Amino acid sequence: MLRHISLTVNGTRHDADVEPRQLLVYFIRETLGLTGTNVGCDTSTCGACTVLIDGRSVKSCTMLAVQADGRDITTIEGMARNGDLHPIQRAFHENHGLQCGYCTPGMIMAAASLIEENPQLSEESVRMGLEGNLCRCTGYQNIVKAILAAAEEIRSSARVSSR
Amino acid sequence: MIPAAFEYERAESVDQAVQLLGEHEDAKLLAGGHSLLPLMRLRLARPSLLVDIDRLSDLEYVREAGDTIEIGALARMSDLATDQTLWKHCPLLAHVCGEVGDPQVRHRATIGGSVAHGDPASDPPTALLTLDAVLVVRGPSGERTVPAKSFFTSVFETDLGPQDVLTAVRVPKLASGTGWSYQKFHRRAIDWAIVGVAAVVERDDGHLKRAAVGLTNMGSTPLRASGVESALAGAEAAPQALAAAAEHAPEGTAPVSDTNASAEYRTELSKILVRRALEEALAR
Ligand SMILES: Cc1cc2nc3c(=O)[nH]c(=O)nc-3n(C[C@H](O)[C@H](O)[C@H](O)COP(=O)(O)OP(=O)(O)OC[C@H]3O[C@@H](n4cnc5c(N)ncnc54)[C@H](O)[C@@H]3O)c2cc1C
Ligand code: FES
Ligand code: FES
Repeated sequence: MLRHISLTVNGTRHDADVEPRQLLVYFIRETLGLTGTNVGCDTSTCGACTVLIDGRSVKSCTMLAVQADGRDITTIEGMARNGDLHPIQRAFHENHGLQCGYCTPGMIMAAASLIEENPQLSEESVRMGLEGNLCRCTGYQNIVKAILAAAEEIRSSARVSSR
Repeated sequence: MIPAAFEYERAESVDQAVQLLGEHEDAKLLAGGHSLLPLMRLRLARPSLLVDIDRLSDLEYVREAGDTIEIGALARMSDLATDQTLWKHCPLLAHVCGEVGDPQVRHRATIGGSVAHGDPASDPPTALLTLDAVLVVRGPSGERTVPAKSFFTSVFETDLGPQDVLTAVRVPKLASGTGWSYQKFHRRAIDWAIVGVAAVVERDDGHLKRAAVGLTNMGSTPLRASGVESALAGAEAAPQALAAAAEHAPEGTAPVSDTNASAEYRTELSKILVRRALEEALAR
């Protein structure tokens, strides 16, 4: 039996009838056509499917679409504003934080949640905070560098705007 | 991988959840979904109805009640790992909740789901057993409490009946100055414990007044290392006494062999981790 859900994705409200067994990641990719969120492992391990739900990082392959009813979701497509990359996206670009790019959307969403929870990130807390995101290419060094750079930029712009 | 089809109901209250569970043969509760959905994707679980309690936010709390801390079953690992009240009165449990999976998993996983799932490789159940926690259960005939030591019955099996909902966990506050440790041995950060050891120690004038030691993944349920505990009763808080007591760690255990480690390896590891846990607990 289909269930009606109504949720906000990247600021836009969507209404849909979904099968209860539909996983959120497939709703995002196939129903909404937002294919920036990747499926890597399908076993809750790799983090490629990470999105923000009410601001917190979640593996969207391990949640039902019906459980996202009423929630506010951000995917990688919702990060850039008016054509300007989000500071985390820019930091990945500038620090060469990706090679093939498959893990990148998940890395960026996981990073957004880490920075939101703790803007004073240290190298160690970034490394621990990425324990649920796997990258087959980069060896992580530049990913960690990019996230630290982004956290610094977000901290300093918060200082400027609070003056 | 897509789960087999099922019916879905969202419960608005615990009582409604109990009632819905009674209406279907193999209905199952769904909380954070981080144990159940992976099993359903692999079709190792095929419930006919999921009763979703994920939104029962009344059950997401940590509160002080006299000598105990009560935690609502829907409290998330990420919130427990940073909860000031829990860190103050029960740091072992707060620390262990932060050792579960990764940040994304901790944002969803609930304490109630972790306990109800009954996986002997899980970390929070061992902490609760070591802390002499009590579990609060609501079922068709009302509410009852079950001590952690009689709650875990076998692999993925607990004292919960088919219509029972775990609503809360009660943990005694630790006296100030109590030492604690959780040693989780795994090869990659995201992995489950190959073996885990929880320890709580109270000391008195260079001696141990009380020691509680729990083991993760050393049998079909979380276990208390009672051989270690009796060897420590009144013992001197000195390295040799701790090392001697740690040799008793494997008593009464029945570890499995799997792709991570053999039973022999786990047996040896348990002694080393018990020693490290006692040393760390006494250093705190
Ligand atoms: C990638 C990954 C890594 C993980 N690593 C670890 C780890 O290192 N250590 C660790 O301990 N755990 C780990 N876990 C497991 C995680 O902690 C589980 O999510 C948690 O154990 C279950 O909680 P849940 O809310 O997700 O439960 P669910 O998956 O929703 O439910 C689990 C079971 O409990 C039942 N249930 C749920 N809530 C209740 C309730 N209130 N009353 C009665 N029955 C209930 C359900 O019917 C189901 O049978 C990991 C999980 C993943 C996906
Ligand atoms: S696809 Fe979700 S964690 Fe890998
Ligand atoms: S850049 Fe290729 S997987 Fe990370």
